[in-house]
Amino acid sequence: MKAHELHLQQVRLCLQDKLLLALDASLAGGEVLTIMGPSGSGKSTLLAHVAGFLPPAFRASGKVMLDDEDITSVSAERSGVGLLFQDPLLFPHLSVAGNLRFGLVPGHPKPQMRVEQALAEIGLSGFGSRDPETLSGGQRARVSLMRLLLSEPRAVLLDEPFSKLDRSLRAEMRQLVFEHLTSRGLPTILVTHDHEDAEAARGRVIELF
Amino acid sequence: MILRLIPVVVIAILVLPVLAGLILALLPAFGYLPVLGGEQLTLEPWLRLFASPGIWRSVGVSYATALVTTGLSLLIVFCFLAAVGARQSGRWSLDSWLRRLVSPLLSVPHAAAAFGFAFLIMPSGLLTRWISPGLTGWERPPDLLIVHDSLGLSLMAGLVMKEVPFLLLMSLAALPQVNAGQRVIMARSLGYRPGVAWLKVVAPALYPLIRLPVYAVLAFASSTVDVAMILGPTLPPTLSVQVVQWFNDPDLGTLYVASAGAIAQLLLTAAVLLNWWLFEQLASRLHALWVRRGHRSFADRSIRSFGRVTMSLVVLMAGLGFMALALNAFAGFWRFPAAWPASLSADAFFRALPTLQDPLLTTLVIAAAATILAVLLVIAALEREQRLGVAAPWALWLLYLPLLVPQIAFLSGITVSAEVIQSGPSLALVAAGHLLFVLPYVYLALAESYRRLDPRWSQLARSLGSSMNGVFWRVRLPLLLAPILTAAALGFAISISQYLPTRLLGAGRITTVTTEAVALAAGGDRRLIGIWSLVQALLPFVGFAVAIALPGLIWRNRRGMREIQ
Repeated sequence: MKAHELHLQQVRLCLQDKLLLALDASLAGGEVLTIMGPSGSGKSTLLAHVAGFLPPAFRASGKVMLDDEDITSVSAERSGVGLLFQDPLLFPHLSVAGNLRFGLVPGHPKPQMRVEQALAEIGLSGFGSRDPETLSGGQRARVSLMRLLLSEPRAVLLDEPFSKLDRSLRAEMRQLVFEHLTSRGLPTILVTHDHEDAEAARGRVIELF
Repeated sequence: MILRLIPVVVIAILVLPVLAGLILALLPAFGYLPVLGGEQLTLEPWLRLFASPGIWRSVGVSYATALVTTGLSLLIVFCFLAAVGARQSGRWSLDSWLRRLVSPLLSVPHAAAAFGFAFLIMPSGLLTRWISPGLTGWERPPDLLIVHDSLGLSLMAGLVMKEVPFLLLMSLAALPQVNAGQRVIMARSLGYRPGVAWLKVVAPALYPLIRLPVYAVLAFASSTVDVAMILGPTLPPTLSVQVVQWFNDPDLGTLYVASAGAIAQLLLTAAVLLNWWLFEQLASRLHALWVRRGHRSFADRSIRSFGRVTMSLVVLMAGLGFMALALNAFAGFWRFPAAWPASLSADAFFRALPTLQDPLLTTLVIAAAATILAVLLVIAALEREQRLGVAAPWALWLLYLPLLVPQIAFLSGITVSAEVIQSGPSLALVAAGHLLFVLPYVYLALAESYRRLDPRWSQLARSLGSSMNGVFWRVRLPLLLAPILTAAALGFAISISQYLPTRLLGAGRITTVTTEAVALAAGGDRRLIGIWSLVQALLPFVGFAVAIALPGLIWRNRRGMREIQ
């Protein structure tokens, strides 16, 4: 699989002329950049900017480059940046398979088979028609990850993705997420409060104040 | 992009008819109506208006009704909230029951509620029957003018019964914004009794949030036609009813004085609003003084009991009124002091059924058209707001415009010109008229849920490759199905309850369940009135039942959908 590269070139985020954050970083395929810092330090705003959801109150300058393509002002659905939130956020109106199908890039020759295969990959064969609400916390987190991967992102943003899991699950999910992301050569930005997350990510760590 | 134009469309729908209607009423009010030969501006219509017998009494009753109704309703709602807002009430307590009963009350059309109330309090009504002859000695109905009393007291009481639920629901919707619980706890820790604490620290923060609904109540109470025809004084009637009677006069020359009356109604409502604003200033001074004095427990117990008792009374009377409607519709032989009919029969109901069919169909067609249009427009406006991330700040005042300007004032102008250009009554015109009043309520009902939906749903969907439109169809619409249906049911109920727009824009030739029920008031056949009002009252319930049942059915295997409201 081809590795991707993500470059943040002199990105500066301002709120009403007050500088929130300035960052210049390059990520190779499979590399994880961890950003830590207290709330209000602008780390969620950075993710929002890279993903293309910066609220109108904020102003941004600099460039976000993904594989030589400038995605700074490309709309969110075309930028190729995937997101994983604190909550698994499985669509409550869709079945488990429906959620995976939502992620799957359109035009796949055998979508149904791909979804079944994806379910098997995360150990949930036969769960396709279930209501997501009937899954356990860990199962939901895995579906959420698989939904992201099926959308074939070229870079991934993680917004404290493990903070709501209980301790035993957390280690397992960390391993699973980083394994999948690095093996696919995806540059990843991780925002977290948890030092263990940063260690597991085994990449550079930037602390914001 | 069509969405960008939506605010303009909504403004056009809400504002243009009101302004155009007012101008079209203003011209004949000063004698200008070329089709009927009026080509010069003159004060003649106004002179005739002021010379008509009893006109000042009509004005006085309308004016007093608006102020008393609104003041009393607000007092009841605030005292009730002071009584219940102070503490966590149990799931099955009196308070929570009252709250739950209030929203179905709101959906009962004004006319049906008024008829129910009339059947309760009239000399031969349910209440007199229950205490006669035991307590009163009456063997025949007493010769008292209770309904249609000349001071408009029963009109005020009937209106209070409908406005209390409205103001209560508006307050309950606004309360989370003012942190009521914390404020009360803080005040109580300083030694204030719970009811006093609520009135001193929550009420002043809450009132500005419900000011527009309060103004809408003032405008409605000062200009209602159907309720005033059923409960209000007759000789002379309220100003609004008098104006409608002039418009219905077969002598076309009366159109001038009718138009002057419509403009007079506009001025009257404006005066009422101004007067209320002065009351507000006075009340805020007195309130500040009361707060500064620092009394901890002044009249706390009386305030809270007043709130509880009056609120229970409102709910009880409305419930009994509904029962009175049903009893009258299905009563067999019912001699006077007998508390209950000797027998119940559905004969009259089945006999009325064939005549019910057509008006029922018309009612449903108009309500469906107005509701569907309103829901589409409101969703488009809210979707635009989501995508651009900004709301139009003046939107709320514009939304309330059709609710603040008396219906008779601008609808009459439109009617006169429709009559003059001989367009004839059309369902489309009536439905468009209903849209004016349905749209604001649908917007108010849906906006909150639409804005509260977690933005991460759409961010997630877009990061998975969905376009803006894809997010709307595949995520937002299904997630918001339940609130959308509830808003639609409310719009449907509002349309069902419209009397004047149907009567005027339909030129009296389009008959709905509502116009027919009100028309029956004059005849006094209680069985028929009972049947028609019962049908009118049940239609909104059907709408709400569908709105609750449908999402439950569609999402029966989706537990997560039950939490989204």
